[in-house]
Amino acid sequence: MATLTLRDIQKSYGSLSVIKSLDLEVADREFVVFVGPSGCGKSTLLRMIAGLEEISGGDLIIDGQRMNDIGPADRGLAMVFQSYALYPHMTVRQNMGFALRLARVPKAEREQKVDEAARILQLEPYLDRKPGQMSGGQRQRVAIGRAIVRNPKIFLFDEPLSNLDAALRGQMRIELARLHEELQATMIYVTHDQIEAMTMADKIVVLQAGVIEQVGTPLQLYHHPANLFVAGFIGSPRMNFLKGRVAGLDGTGVAVELAGGARIAVPVEAGTMRVDDPVTLGVRPEALRPDAAGPLAGTVRLVERLGGLTLIHAELDRDGPVIVQIEGSDGTAPHQRITLQVDPAVCQLFDTTGRAMPHLTRHPLAP
Amino acid sequence: MRSSLTTKLLITLLGWGIACLMFFPIFWMVLTSFKTEGAAIATPPQLFFTPTLESYAEVQSRADYLSFAFNSVAVSVGGTVLALLFAIPAAYAMAFHPSTRTRGTLLWMLSTKMLPPVGVLVPIYLLFRSAGLLDTRIGLILIYGLMNLPIVVWMLFTFFKEMPNDILEAGRMDGARAWGEVWYLLLPLTLPGVASTGLLSLILCWNEAFWSLNLTSSAAAPLTTFIASFSSPEGLFFAKLSAASTVAVAPILVFGWLSQRQLVRGLTFGAVK
Repeated sequence: MATLTLRDIQKSYGSLSVIKSLDLEVADREFVVFVGPSGCGKSTLLRMIAGLEEISGGDLIIDGQRMNDIGPADRGLAMVFQSYALYPHMTVRQNMGFALRLARVPKAEREQKVDEAARILQLEPYLDRKPGQMSGGQRQRVAIGRAIVRNPKIFLFDEPLSNLDAALRGQMRIELARLHEELQATMIYVTHDQIEAMTMADKIVVLQAGVIEQVGTPLQLYHHPANLFVAGFIGSPRMNFLKGRVAGLDGTGVAVELAGGARIAVPVEAGTMRVDDPVTLGVRPEALRPDAAGPLAGTVRLVERLGGLTLIHAELDRDGPVIVQIEGSDGTAPHQRITLQVDPAVCQLFDTTGRAMPHLTRHPLAP
Repeated sequence: MRSSLTTKLLITLLGWGIACLMFFPIFWMVLTSFKTEGAAIATPPQLFFTPTLESYAEVQSRADYLSFAFNSVAVSVGGTVLALLFAIPAAYAMAFHPSTRTRGTLLWMLSTKMLPPVGVLVPIYLLFRSAGLLDTRIGLILIYGLMNLPIVVWMLFTFFKEMPNDILEAGRMDGARAWGEVWYLLLPLTLPGVASTGLLSLILCWNEAFWSLNLTSSAAAPLTTFIASFSSPEGLFFAKLSAASTVAVAPILVFGWLSQRQLVRGLTFGAVK
């Protein structure tokens, strides 16, 4: 359907720069998710692509054509808003057919397209209702239906699930993924929720303060984060960060000595690193497990039992708080002593600037 | 509980008191219109008397009520439509595409309402004379439209501000141009507000006397001129004046009563938020 290229895109309000020179390629039929904390510029970027926000500099290219100065009506994109933004005075059918009505599509064709979209979204029983008589999930589907009917080059989603409750959000996530497969459309999706990003995206763009921190597949970001920010943002519960210093380096990796004295050899490229350089060790909660012979010792503060998973919040004696994730239900009780083993192969090492040292071998699913 | 009941009673009484006070002149006017000239100026004023229609007959024989009434309807509706025609695009632009000067422009527009109309009477009279607009309905429509424009823009601006921008943006994404946004989305969704703005403008036009007295004489004269013609140099004839006034205010009174719900909603809109 369509490709999108952003070249040196910038946005500023007066002297305040919110998007600083950003380059990005979105391939045909790709599901791209912009993710980042609130205020990172992800929604602004989406609105710039939509044409609702002026572009201060750079080029926006859709299907090889520069679109900077083309109005939102003529870009051939469709957007689903966080608030759904349905037309309250129109029925579901009229809402979904509005774009076609404006385009003067004959009534019969219009009806047929609306019916088709309603079928895909299972909205047939509600076509003659007004948005006010529908639940949040149904309204969201109407908003998506309105986009489908237009047969746009690119679908834009601005945090579409954040007004729904948790159960419905999970369900809509699956529905959107199914829809992407069924429609074979290019989609750009904005969210602050890294779970939505991980589960739906072909490609995730992590933004912070108007700058792209990293672009990659979900598993690339998870297993090979480019820096501390991405490592901390992607993954739930968050990655544990432990302070240490380089104790030794060779061809097989870098040995780190933590504040508590534990030595861990991480298989990463040393680069320009030298012995005694301060570093941060990043350990995913699932890379830690209780083991009497483990190098890290501490006290359990809190245990969250989710049934299939157990999260242990522990305070290490000299290395600060960590979260440990174990499969299954675990009997560990608060206030008891605990020693932890680390799987060094999946640890990350960050230098003082926050940059991650590249792993010697890539994860098989994240080439 | 007791004290709140007393407070409620007091407030109700106060409300009724003020309402009666405001209604009394209209009541007295209607009453006087059914009196003979003699009874109208009798001291002490008579509350009970034998009603007569002779003032009404006299009023109708001296002037053609219907022609004045037609002019009133024409210039009120015309002025209101004209004001809305300019105010809707203006308020749309100010509410949804504001610039740094929007606030100032709005205040400046309102400030023109503080200028006494008599200050610009002479230039406007001369302009109207040169343009051949004196004593024409078009001329009066023009003046009424302009006269109410600031308040109409202000009210519409307030109503439009209430409308979520998302909906208009969704319309824009769906392919609507500015006119499409206004016609298909903004106006249908703010119709109650637009209606009450129109009602207010209609009432203001209907009751306007300064410009109609100065710029019209007969052909385009509305009901306000009709009333004024009964306060004649030969002296005041209260019964006839009252009869003329009663037939002049009756239409707008009925109209206002029918649309009061709409009107109150419109006028208290900003206040109850």
